[in-house]
Amino acid sequence: MSEERQAKPPRTEADDNAFKRELVQLIPHLRAFARTLCGDPAAADDLAQDAMMKAWDARASFQMGTNMKAWTFMILRNQFYSEKRRSWRQSQLDQEAAERTLVAVDDPEAPVALDELRQGLAMLPPEQREALILVGAGGFAYEEAADICGCAVGTVKSRVSRARRALHAILDEGAYDRDGASAGDAMRSILADAERLSTVR
Amino acid sequence: MDGDKEPARGRPPRERNADEMIEQRPSPDRTRPSAALDEARLRQQAIGVRLRQMFDEVVNEQVPDEFLDILRRADERGAGNG
Repeated sequence: MSEERQAKPPRTEADDNAFKRELVQLIPHLRAFARTLCGDPAAADDLAQDAMMKAWDARASFQMGTNMKAWTFMILRNQFYSEKRRSWRQSQLDQEAAERTLVAVDDPEAPVALDELRQGLAMLPPEQREALILVGAGGFAYEEAADICGCAVGTVKSRVSRARRALHAILDEGAYDRDGASAGDAMRSILADAERLSTVR
Repeated sequence: MDGDKEPARGRPPRERNADEMIEQRPSPDRTRPSAALDEARLRQQAIGVRLRQMFDEVVNEQVPDEFLDILRRADERGAGNG
């Protein structure tokens, strides 16, 4: 994302208001992305708030009309990793919290497949999980995900495809390990859910 | 007869030795390779739907008031309201 440092017209209150409106609409997405990074909901909200404020403070450097979602996700991600660097021990705890949260499913309606997906995600290396979530759940193009993660487009593509393969394998294994239910049953359950969900959307 | 104990039913306890972990088995018959491909593709789609669902669960949560409060305070500070 290149930025031309040219004389800009002074910011007006209207600019700030427009920026703020768009930022407010992104809060739910920032929370969701933070949750996938932190796991622990309280820590995730702290992260999302920090990112929101960083974005607000940097609003003068944002060009309205460009992709604010990708921009704020990048800020959030940088914030997350700079905090992690400050304390790698803390990051260990984050990882454990992430695994606990991703594994915990209280919704009795949640079918087994969703539970397995959460467990599977928790088992992926962080950079693969992140790439898969940005592209597969966040709705970003590979190019946008690459901007957010600060890496090459090809790197994102390969991370996503490795993450998909790994998840696939984990889900297969889980299906075999579960008592009583055959892999075929688990598969049918996943497909039935997917069909139901995709018709709802 | 009565006192005879049957050996424990079910599978013998698994011993996780290295040989077993790399056990070589013939891969299951793929009589219809295209069906297998379809299945893999469907499976990936299903995973995709699930991923979005998981993410959207949080997106659809109500945003805690704290967020808007913080932003409003920052805005007021920035505007130097007085």
